[in-house]
Parts: sequence; C-alpha cells; structure tokens
Amino acid sequence: MKLFEYMGKEIFSSYGIAVPRGRMVTSPEEAALVAAEIGGEVVVKSQILAGKRGKGGGIKFASGPEDAGEAAASILAMTVQGHKVEQLLVEEKIQIDKELYLAITVDGSAKKPVIIASLQGGMDIEEVPDEHIVKCHVDITVGVYPYLGREIARRMGLTGKAAADLAKLLPLLYKCFRGKDAELVEINPLVISGDKLIAADSKFTVDDDALYRQRDVPYVEDRTSIEKQAHDLGLAFVELGGNIAVMANGAGMSMGSLDTLVHYGGSPANFLDAGGGTGMEGTAKALELLLQTNPRVIFINIFGGITRCDDVANALIQVKKTREIPVPVVIRLVGTNEQEGVKILNDHGIEAYKVMQEAAAKAVEIANAG
Amino acid sequence: MAIIIDEKTRLIVQGITGNQGKFHTTQMLAYGTRVVCGVSPGKGGRDVEGVPVYDSAFAAVEAQNANASVLFIPAPFAKDAAFEAISAGIKVLVIVTEHIPVHDEMEIVDYAKRNGTTVVGPNTFGIVSSGKCKIGIPPNQFFIEGPIGVVARSGTLTYEIVGNLTANGMGQSTVVGLGGDRVVGLSFVDVLEKFEQDPQTKAVVLVGEIGGNAEEMASLFIKDMTKPVVAYIAGKSAPPGKRMGHAGAIIERGKGTFNAKVEALQAAGARIATLPFEVPGLLREVMG
Repeated sequence: MKLFEYMGKEIFSSYGIAVPRGRMVTSPEEAALVAAEIGGEVVVKSQILAGKRGKGGGIKFASGPEDAGEAAASILAMTVQGHKVEQLLVEEKIQIDKELYLAITVDGSAKKPVIIASLQGGMDIEEVPDEHIVKCHVDITVGVYPYLGREIARRMGLTGKAAADLAKLLPLLYKCFRGKDAELVEINPLVISGDKLIAADSKFTVDDDALYRQRDVPYVEDRTSIEKQAHDLGLAFVELGGNIAVMANGAGMSMGSLDTLVHYGGSPANFLDAGGGTGMEGTAKALELLLQTNPRVIFINIFGGITRCDDVANALIQVKKTREIPVPVVIRLVGTNEQEGVKILNDHGIEAYKVMQEAAAKAVEIANAG
Repeated sequence: MAIIIDEKTRLIVQGITGNQGKFHTTQMLAYGTRVVCGVSPGKGGRDVEGVPVYDSAFAAVEAQNANASVLFIPAPFAKDAAFEAISAGIKVLVIVTEHIPVHDEMEIVDYAKRNGTTVVGPNTFGIVSSGKCKIGIPPNQFFIEGPIGVVARSGTLTYEIVGNLTANGMGQSTVVGLGGDRVVGLSFVDVLEKFEQDPQTKAVVLVGEIGGNAEEMASLFIKDMTKPVVAYIAGKSAPPGKRMGHAGAIIERGKGTFNAKVEALQAAGARIATLPFEVPGLLREVMG
C-alpha cells in the first residue's frame, strides 16, 4: 500500500527525521490559511500516488497566502499523471544547497534490506548512472548503526556536517522501515539546507500483508471499485479491459490463462486468481464479480490441487440458480475431485473441458464471434 | 536420487490439527511420505490419522528424529513456528502459508541460512521427489518418478505442466516450488545447481513469471549447465505496475518484463515454451 507524501512525512517526523513545516489541505481557502501560518514563501504540492508531479504542473511555488490559494485552486482542478488531485501539501519553501537520494527497500534476490544512496538526488534514481549510486545490504540480525551511515557517506563522497547528519539519520530511517513494515522508504530529494539535512519528499510503501499489525498507518485505497470488492473477498483481481472474463486458481495459472487467451487472439477482461482452497461461497462471489465486467464470455480454468473441482462446479450451479448468467461460460475442470465436479456440470447440461488450450480457443471463438 | 527430500525424509507437520494440516497430512501419507509426527501447541498427546501430535517441534524432533517440517500455520504466527523448527534442528523447512509479511520472511530466511536449514517457500505448493516423498499440497496423482527436474514460482501452473509431462510419459525427479513471494528461501540457481549434480535428473523445466530478476539470474547459471533447460514464463500479457496475484509478480519501473526474461534465458541456451502445453514437445527435442 502506497502512502501519500504528507503521510510518509508525518511518519518520518515521528521517527525524528527532519521534514519541512507544512500541512495537508483540500481547498484553496485552507491552503491560504496554512501559508499564512507558515509565513514567507511556500510550495503547494499535489498529493497523488505517482511520481514526476513537477513535470505535470502538480507542484507550484507561492509567495504568500493569496498566491498559495490561487496555486491550490489551479492544482485542484488538474489531473496529474492520470490522477485527479484531491489533496495538497502546503509547506515552507526550504533553501536547497544540494539534493541527495536516500532509500531503503527489500532486495528480493539478496533476501535482505538494501540501502540505496546517491549524491545525485532530485531526479529518478533510474536515471542516475550506476557509478553514482551506492548500494549496501543490511544484515537483518544486526540492523543499522551510525557506522553504516558514515561508511555510506564515505562511499558517496559526502563530507563534513552533512556526512555526520547522514550517520544520525540512517538508523532512524531504518527504524522507520522496520517499524512500519515498509517495502520502500525513499527520500528524494534529501536536501542539504544550510546546516540541516531535510527530507523534502517521501515515497512510502507499506507491505499489504503486514497491515493487520500496522493499525496506526492510515489506509489508502488505490484500487478500482471492482478491484476493491475482489480484495475484500480475499481475491487478487486486476481489470484489463477486454471482453473475456477470466477466473483461474493460482497466480501463475491465472497469468498462463491470460497468455493462452491472448495467444489465440482473445482479449481478457481481467486477471482473477480465485486462490487455493477457495470454497463454494468464495467461488460464487468471484463469479458475481466477473459478471460486473460485462464480458461476452466467461472462461473458468481450474486445475484443482487444494481447490476441489466439485466445489467449483457446485458454485457455478448455485450462481446459475440465483441469477441469470447472460453470457456463455466455458469451463475447464481437472484435478482434485474432477469426476465429481464434471458429473455435477454434466447433470446440469454444462460441458467441461479437460484441456486448457481447447477451452481457451473456444472462449476466444465465442468472444470474437459476438 | 532426487534433490532436497527423498524416501528417508522424516517429516513433521506443524499445525497438524487445523483443517489444512489434517487434510494434507492424509494426502501426504497416501503419497508415501514418512509423516512421523505433528506439532500443535497445547494439543500434544493426541493423534491425527494415526500420526502422534506433540506440543513443540523440539519434543517432536527428540522423539521421532525428524529432519523436515511443513508449516500449515496462519501468517501472523508463521515466523514463530519457523524459528521454532529451525531452532529445533530441522534441516528442510517447507512453508506453505501465504501472506506472511516480507519483513518476517527476511528474518526467517536469514535465521535459516545461519543454521544450515533449507527453506522451501513461503507461499509455495511445496516440493515433491516423485515416487518417494511429497511435502506440501499438490494433487498426488500427477507426480510420477522420472528424469525431469522441475523448478517453479507458482503452484497450479506447475500442476498444469507436470500434468502435461505425466500425460506424455515423462516422470519427474523432483518438483520444487520456490514460492510466489518477493523473499523466499531458494532461488532458481540454488535448485538448478542441485539438478545439475543429481544423477537422476536428465533435463530441467523452469517455470517462471514476470517480476523481479530471478529468471535473469538463473540464465547466468544455465549458460554453463550440461543439462538442457526448457522454460515457460507466465505473464506475457500482464500490464505493468499491477500485482498479478503473487507479491513478486509485478513489472516495476520497467523491470521484470516478460521480454527481458525470455531474451536472457534464450541467450543462455534455454528453450522457451510460448504456452504451458508446449513443454513436453520441447523436452523431447532437447533430450533427443
């Protein structure tokens, strides 16, 4: 789950990391009030879950309250990087002497946290040449102590007070990364401002799987309405916009199903991993969800391991009883309790395929004929 | 032969008294796995399907000389159970549980490494040395003994491919599910190294998916392998920036794409199946 910039900064601040003075607002009037409170020049920043806001016009400087109100009004009317702007961060304009980059994230191949730092902050880290990036893995049983900050500063070529400040800041940022179950904490730019080191931006991603124990982290919804319904049902769902609704069990199998449909010239409406061990009720709800995508055909591809074929068959029959399914259903059903499942379908006049590619080809044929 | 587990593996089931634990204990016993006991704190002294239950992994290891364990434990408690197993001296730890926080996974993998424990998963279907031992949840009937090593990131897709192999008379030495999460115990390379050395394995099937760089890392090793490799990568049609079910299956900032993986694997000499059912045909070609 991605957090908005202002939320990330509030968390940074609670860990003792310096951030510019400021507040989140939702209207031009509020923006003017906060600007007056801060005094002097301010910056008005759109709060969206995407980067490169400056290029899209989503960040504006203002000389005082009136100016801030106008900037706020214009940004609130914008769509930045495809996101409608509903919230703004108004904060003091800080003196910028130098922009650094600092982040901690999870390195899946090393299976450890990794610290990434660079003297070339303020731009996308992907655009910084490798020789200007310092990477350092963290031994998770040891953690991060100031020495690691000093070593990273040395490797970056950072000297003086800024280096000493980085050595103090890094353990705080790591504490924040671990304490909030973050997948990513990124400060870009980390600004050398006079004799201070200030986090001028924040990117903060919290592990979805750890939200149950991160109750004090604000919840940010970044899903479409139908994706949200699926999430609430415990299903992984992604809208794709085509006309073949797809349900499969397992993430790999679901991707394989999409690939096979596309291979035969079809256009999937969605990705839906009905999961392992989804019972009858879950399967029925998943089917309801698929109908909301207004498909021309529904393609169900089940290789039952933990999932039982008879449960899937019963779920389909149950949904058919409670509501009309206005489009054809092509189902492929093999694995655990296959015979029972196929018999249930046959008893209700539904044919079940045994081979995935034959079923996929049939679904595409129906979709493209419509 | 076979890798990681075999007919001598003595397995504990942690969480044996839960629904999944019970069901899969029965299935594993039916496959021939030596399930020597279960663990369920506070429920020691009972039995499940004739398998004795102990209160702790320590007691289980002491009494039954177990060397492997499988976790059917809810995500919030999985770290505790994994630490317990590793601490008790378990050498192969299979973690079926999905949705374990990634910070817990980093800690589990780290502790395991320092204690010489092999972790399969988390978020895995498990591991099967066909005809000898199955640890995890795959359906029994599709796994027959033979010369093909299979290593995969995803479960049902593996059943699909193993099912195709078996239908074509191609048995498997060992089928390993790495797990679908961002941090898992084994990498493709760890498993490929073992297959390369295993006399039973004559060819390897690698089942990958978009996201991360595990397949690219694997290709560096495949380049120098003597045994042929056939690969299938799921997610050719996946849009960028969307998490396709698995925590690790996401194209981020242009990294982890289908094309990058296929190009790396092809350059290393692996044959690529465009669709899952093409795997047996390609194996026939490369095995001559």
